[in-house]
Amino acid sequence: MKIDSGDFLAIMGENGAGKTTLAKQLNGLLKPSLGKVTVDGDDTTKKSVAQLSRRVGIVFQNPDHLLFSETVKEEVGFALKNFGFEPDVVVKQVERTLEALDLAHYADTSPFLLSGGERKRVALAAVLAWEPDYLVLDEPTIGQDYQQKERLRNFILQLNSQGKAVVMVTHDVEFVAECNPKVVLMSKGRIVAQGQADEILSDDDLIQKASLVKPQMAKLFSQLGEFGLPRDVVDVHRAKMLLEEKLSEVKIRVAQSS
Amino acid sequence: MAGTRAETIAAKGLGFQYAGSPSKALDDINIAIGQGEFLLLTGPSGCGKTTLCRCLNGLIPNFHPGEMSGELLVDGISVAAETTSELSRKVGYVFQNPENQLFALTVEKDVAFGPENLGLTREEIRDRVDWAMGATGTVALKDLAPYELSGGQQQRVALAGVLAMKPSVIVLDEPTSFLDPRTAEEVMGAVDNLRRENGITVIVVEHRLDLVGRYAERIVVMDHGRIVADGKVEDVLDAEFDRLSGLGIGLPKVSLLWSLLKRDGLVSERLPTHVESAVKMLSERLRN
Repeated sequence: MKIDSGDFLAIMGENGAGKTTLAKQLNGLLKPSLGKVTVDGDDTTKKSVAQLSRRVGIVFQNPDHLLFSETVKEEVGFALKNFGFEPDVVVKQVERTLEALDLAHYADTSPFLLSGGERKRVALAAVLAWEPDYLVLDEPTIGQDYQQKERLRNFILQLNSQGKAVVMVTHDVEFVAECNPKVVLMSKGRIVAQGQADEILSDDDLIQKASLVKPQMAKLFSQLGEFGLPRDVVDVHRAKMLLEEKLSEVKIRVAQSS
Repeated sequence: MAGTRAETIAAKGLGFQYAGSPSKALDDINIAIGQGEFLLLTGPSGCGKTTLCRCLNGLIPNFHPGEMSGELLVDGISVAAETTSELSRKVGYVFQNPENQLFALTVEKDVAFGPENLGLTREEIRDRVDWAMGATGTVALKDLAPYELSGGQQQRVALAGVLAMKPSVIVLDEPTSFLDPRTAEEVMGAVDNLRRENGITVIVVEHRLDLVGRYAERIVVMDHGRIVADGKVEDVLDAEFDRLSGLGIGLPKVSLLWSLLKRDGLVSERLPTHVESAVKMLSERLRN
């Protein structure tokens, strides 16, 4: 597989399919025992994790594996200091990142006093702060409410437009359906399909193979084929447009016949 | 709906304020939950839903200091007067992060830990462990160490450990978050079966209604430490859709779609909560 700058990619598949193992290969936390992984042309077996992390930032599934500082501010500034940024740059970057993730009011709070969903955002902020070119998010939507998910979605799209690549490992079919990224589908340690989310998530065989379930819109549209509606609809926006058109036609027909 | 069954949980004017916190985490909570009910507890981050669950097994006030007011009864026993170890026999708690409750060297030993501490006979322990692992599909994992498991496998093992205690209430805090969607459905289905067969009361804390909505009979919505809606899932969704979506609750996508079409005057019926009812309602309209 290949990831380009500006890509938005979702790695999906059943529990134990190898998604996190694959993600950990991207910054050299795990090195391949067979084959090769390169980041900007550099073989990951020849670089240290510290060197690779500057370019590839991974946010783990469990924020408690990453958090250790006494305040949110220190946590988010920690890596920046280690990478040797000037103190005023560190302060500015920390402020900016906390603002973007709706965490500014927790700057002086201990991360361990925050809720699960909030800790998750602190972990994300701690990685985003150094602006890696490639961002890997392991299950970023866990514990996030709908508004936080919307915020995350906009944030990812913004990073994409700046040319950053975002890779997320996720089970959240509804979130993937609304974002429509490229999907890499894994099962039992192998990639079994790659394609756009609306294609993959409306395909019964692939869904079955990777232990996923269809998003609600795909379930709905798979049963509306007789009315000339497409089957590969996965997001509410497109569903609404298509149904508005169909239902308006019906309305006009009913009005004309009466 | 609780009136027809024995009350398992009854709160009257329940309030709680964490030590050092400027505001109440729970404020005048009144609720009665019947035996064998499947209740979905939801609300925005920080609304107090986890705090309410912590009260049920005595983690509040025994481990989280603060000021408790009002009354909370579980199986007729006042939580404030009981120890957490005693309450743990009645209320099983599956935490959001399964790593926080797995510690033994093997899955089997972890599941056996609770019953061993109840002083049961060997046979009874064996029976309970086998039953709990069977019900959660974790038999094949029995000799593995918990840290060797994926997040989803850990969650099922945590559930098995709680089931082995044969509690009368199970609280699951965002149980599906680490699971792939099919496993999530399997686990929720297994929990629902336990409820039906054993009359266990199930309380699920969830942001996402699409996964749990079909099992839950009742939904309780919290905001700022208070209960703001309580009723049948279909009724609450239909009557309070805009309010719930304003609270950041992940509403079923079919309900969202329907509410948008309704706003345009293209449909008029009550909001569907399942895909099946949406298919039926749309097909009828489109056949015209």
